Amino acid sequence: MSQTKPTVAPQKTFAQRIKGYVLLILLVLLYIWCFSGMTIDWQKTIDSLPVGKKIISGVLSPEWTFITEDEGVIDKMIETLEIALLGTTIAAVLAIPFGFLAAVNMSPKNRWIATIGKRILNVIRTLPELIVAIIFIVAVGPSPFAGVLAIGFHSIGMIGKLYSEAIENMEGGTMEALTACGANRLQTLWFAVLPQVLPEFMSYALYKFEINVRAASVLGMVGAGGIGTPLLFALMGHSWARVGAILIGVIVVVIVIDFLSGTIRKRLV
Amino acid sequence: MIEFNNVTKVYPNGVVGLDNINLKINPGEFVIIVGLSGAGKSTLLRSINRLHEISSGEIIIDGKSITKAKGADLRRIRRDIGMIFQNFNLVKRVSVIKNVLSGRVGYHSTLRTILGLWPKRDVELALDALARVNIPDKAYIRADQLSGGQQQRVSIARALAQEAKLILADEPVASLDPLTTRQVMDDLQRINQELGITTIVNLHFLDLAREYGTRIIGLRAGKLVFDGPVEEATDDVFSEIYGRQIRKDELLGNVEA
Amino acid sequence: MAQQAIQKPKAPVSSKIRFTVIFLILLALYVIAYRGTDFALGDLISGLPRIGTMLSQLWPPDFNYFVDILTPMLQTLQIAILGTTFGALFAIPFILLASRNVFQSRWVTGIARMVLNFVRTIPDMLLAGLFVAVVGIGPLAGMLAMVVFSFGIITKLAYESVEAIDPGPLEAMTAVGANKWQFISFAVVPQALPSFVAYILYTFEICVRASAILGLVGAGGIGMHLQIALDTFQYQHVASIILFTLVVVILIDTLSTYVREKLL
Repeated sequence: MSQTKPTVAPQKTFAQRIKGYVLLILLVLLYIWCFSGMTIDWQKTIDSLPVGKKIISGVLSPEWTFITEDEGVIDKMIETLEIALLGTTIAAVLAIPFGFLAAVNMSPKNRWIATIGKRILNVIRTLPELIVAIIFIVAVGPSPFAGVLAIGFHSIGMIGKLYSEAIENMEGGTMEALTACGANRLQTLWFAVLPQVLPEFMSYALYKFEINVRAASVLGMVGAGGIGTPLLFALMGHSWARVGAILIGVIVVVIVIDFLSGTIRKRLV
Repeated sequence: MIEFNNVTKVYPNGVVGLDNINLKINPGEFVIIVGLSGAGKSTLLRSINRLHEISSGEIIIDGKSITKAKGADLRRIRRDIGMIFQNFNLVKRVSVIKNVLSGRVGYHSTLRTILGLWPKRDVELALDALARVNIPDKAYIRADQLSGGQQQRVSIARALAQEAKLILADEPVASLDPLTTRQVMDDLQRINQELGITTIVNLHFLDLAREYGTRIIGLRAGKLVFDGPVEEATDDVFSEIYGRQIRKDELLGNVEA
Repeated sequence: MAQQAIQKPKAPVSSKIRFTVIFLILLALYVIAYRGTDFALGDLISGLPRIGTMLSQLWPPDFNYFVDILTPMLQTLQIAILGTTFGALFAIPFILLASRNVFQSRWVTGIARMVLNFVRTIPDMLLAGLFVAVVGIGPLAGMLAMVVFSFGIITKLAYESVEAIDPGPLEAMTAVGANKWQFISFAVVPQALPSFVAYILYTFEICVRASAILGLVGAGGIGMHLQIALDTFQYQHVASIILFTLVVVILIDTLSTYVREKLL
């Protein structure tokens, strides 16, 4: 087209090629370092193959009686669901003020408010549930209640972030319309904002509930209630048939909850 | 009565939205504001209920300065001003009647409105308002089930239920087809004539401006360049306001309504 | 007008009944859950000072202990890096098999998705426990658990993004008579690669958090020291580990988010 266009394709510059090589070398060094940290005992790995066989056969022939017995899979899965339900609900409610705080369009003149809000939510999300559970166990002792608190606290981070995005994505015009009618700030939130974002809010809370059922199923490993406690004992005691029964319980419940929650979420939005 | 005294609006980026506007609008008038996009039509309208702040000057509504009003006083003045938007600005997921009732929030305490304890009279008022815009049967339908023209009627009903003394309409027909455009403009005109509510409308269709308005205000680059009865707004005047000949797309054309 | 006034509609009742039924069901669920979990706000209020006491032991900081736990913390990162890398590598074929725009056969995508959904339901700590039993206590078990864990996350995120790619190039490759391999390498990979890398980084962030606690069941990393500190009631050490984990996770998140934003 234009005469200045070079007829030969331009070569990568020297700096570009060097950058590529340097990155490659750094990556190789990183992986060498990582592997150096893994203590791989090949003899032991080969010796452990029969253990693997035992595990598989145990998991494939689960201890069915453990499912229905007292403090068994059904009892403990119900407790797991209860922890997830209460924890998610607490978080879903407590996340509302955080969501509004972190939404840029709620305080357009003072953007730093939203920045701080988002920062807080990020920090809340940072600590894994199990560690949060350990902290709450210090306060209330080992009980399902500690699990509820752990899920309730940790989930604020993710739910609050999703809420704030829902608020940021809503139509701003209705807020303007309410302001023009002479509504005060609370009335504007109630009549213009909430009806628009509530279905999204509920959908996000349900989504987090799905995730929390999985999370709650391991909380018991640190003593915070649910199926995790018998799971830990079964693993420690190498009773693989019992592990199999628990695994079946977890998988069935998670799949059923995912399906139910997914169906409800589709109808909500 | 609405008075603009030396009203100027300069945006933070230096653009002048309104340039020393002086204006008086009397009760019962049907005023239409015309001008190119960016001429300041929307700024003028939104400065009346202070959805936009002005930089200097003062706007006085029925003897009270909205420019100086704060908090509850400001909301009290806004309560008497209905507003109709280009995009309707309804809450689409809730019923029509709830949208109309939201116009009543300024009359009651926050707690009462949030609990949904509307007085019987308010519900009657909302249903009457819907009847007045000819969609009484849609009250309990979700707003997103309605067509664009019907949604705009709901927002007119919201302004009516508000018992507004003044209605501001910001490009109320810009997102409607020609047929529903006329229905909505007819509604506005009928309400203006029957209830005597002062009405100020931003329009970019010049023939509609002539057909419905009693008074035309022309804006150009934030300045008031024409203000007079509709008879005086000749083609030459419009060319003056627009700074060029009128184009065909600035006319709606004839549509059998 | 008068005629219309007579026909004023009544508020519908059916939605109110439905609302009430849902409300009652929820209420019952909450009551059951409330009783089942030993919910006691009083315990929380009276117990909160104990958390304060634990945190207050962080001051003055015991720097020697921070040096002690540096190596296990780095091991946590090693577990996360290797776990995510291998998880991502194993994920690639499954992502393609699960994408409906790459494999039109519903049998292929359906079976692939079933396998992936199944993998994702297994909790990470259970995986760690199983691998500890097989290969013994140590970071290798943690790494293997993270491979399976990250595999589950990456496949799910990535096949959805593969299905969202621009269909134009796919049609073009089919039109020129490309075979499956050519189709994938010329039309699918170039489009999906940036988001794939972003998902790997995102999964890496999740894996860092997960591998920090895998040690509770003996799968290496900082979690093993947390377990020791908990078992011996050394709350100062517990608090130190929690603080250190918080700092490392925030650092990794910030770094990874920065890279992800540059990628997309």
